[in-house]
Amino acid sequence: MKKHMISFTINGVEETREVPSNMTLLTFLREHLTLTGVKSGCDAGECGACTVLMDGEPVNACMVLAAEADGVNIRTVEGLASEGKLDPLQEAFIELTGTQCGFCTPGVLIQARALLDRNPHPTVDEIKNALRGNLCRCTGYTKIVEAIQAVAQEGS
Amino acid sequence: MKLPLPELPQFDYIKAESAERAIDLLQEKGAAARILMGGTDLLVRMRNGALAPTVLVDIKNLPGMSAISFTKKDGLTVGAAVTMNALARNSDVLHHYPLLAEAAESVASYQLRNRATVGGNLCNASPAADTAPAALVLEAELTVMGPKGERTIPAMEFFKGPGVNALEAGEFLARINYSNPPKGWKGRYMKIGRNAGGDLAIVGVAVMGYPDKDAPSDFRFRIALASVAPTTIRVHEAEEILAQNPITETVIGMAAEAAQEAATPIDDVRASARYRNAMVKELTRRGLVDVWSSLKKEA
Repeated sequence: MKKHMISFTINGVEETREVPSNMTLLTFLREHLTLTGVKSGCDAGECGACTVLMDGEPVNACMVLAAEADGVNIRTVEGLASEGKLDPLQEAFIELTGTQCGFCTPGVLIQARALLDRNPHPTVDEIKNALRGNLCRCTGYTKIVEAIQAVAQEGS
Repeated sequence: MKLPLPELPQFDYIKAESAERAIDLLQEKGAAARILMGGTDLLVRMRNGALAPTVLVDIKNLPGMSAISFTKKDGLTVGAAVTMNALARNSDVLHHYPLLAEAAESVASYQLRNRATVGGNLCNASPAADTAPAALVLEAELTVMGPKGERTIPAMEFFKGPGVNALEAGEFLARINYSNPPKGWKGRYMKIGRNAGGDLAIVGVAVMGYPDKDAPSDFRFRIALASVAPTTIRVHEAEEILAQNPITETVIGMAAEAAQEAATPIDDVRASARYRNAMVKELTRRGLVDVWSSLKKEA
């Protein structure tokens, strides 16, 4: 099986690694870069637990080959905080209990960050719409939406 | 039902550096090779064992594959690797082809729409493909590249059966052209899935209509259906009813019934044939009412 050298930026750091053809970006991030904040849920692009930003846009890491990530910029939940300061979304999720078991949380945070980056003041419907690809099995959507709304209103 | 495996089976990933190289690989490897676009269907089917290619040929990065261009003369040209999100947010698409944006936005989740491509959606030739009915009513032309160069296939001749398209050995879809639709046209894509958004279509109906003085009713409509036949289909019988008779609620009902007649749905995991049968009529009716009311406003 072919291997590929890929160069990419991960949470602001440039890296070059060798990956086999059949490795997903999800496995690569978790097993090779130990970024275990990226969760493995359904492995079918349904649940959104593995959502990461690729060149600023959210994608399911289980549906991307690591070999396809050559030259891209990837941001995971580990890269949301900067200079020791949590992202306002992370603060709001803590403050408003936007998390229960926590398994969907990294994917939700990334998806919400992407939403606010392209639309800083979304309506509740726009928030719900953006979260359609992120399954929360604790049924905690109300708190999640409230936390995102809180940040949206403050405008960061 | 086989559950998806976390890991993919073994294969060689090859990023094609030119169209010629991609065509050579596809010819040389035959059925063992698959084209990789967004991978949103392919990787799932490889995980559950439905497909086992030994080579994936990635053609997304070839020149023009991600381009969208619009001119008044030629209409809209969309590279096969344009993603659903890129299509749905393109200003020319939103302005001149809102039906296409609506269909693209109805696909799966935002994350998947960042990967899923228009070309992949059409080439998979799924009866449920959400952008296929739009391609049928907009009478799109698909340009494919292959060993003999380029050729163009009308959308009407592209879908051959469930998962079967008109591509021949060594060919790949390069771009889709949606010529300028008739003046004053309106269109809608109506879809129901098991939930409000993101699911595969239980039934999908694309309706477009436009003023036409040569039609006895002064209007012509085009209707295409998803998820109710072995392929996505146009319903000419229903279109003819709407061209021949002054548009009234009764005539719209007759056209919706003709769409129902043309449908040959099956029972599957998402819905029963009986339910699909009822819904294809209802969605066609709703789509026609909606398009007709937009047309009337401007008449």
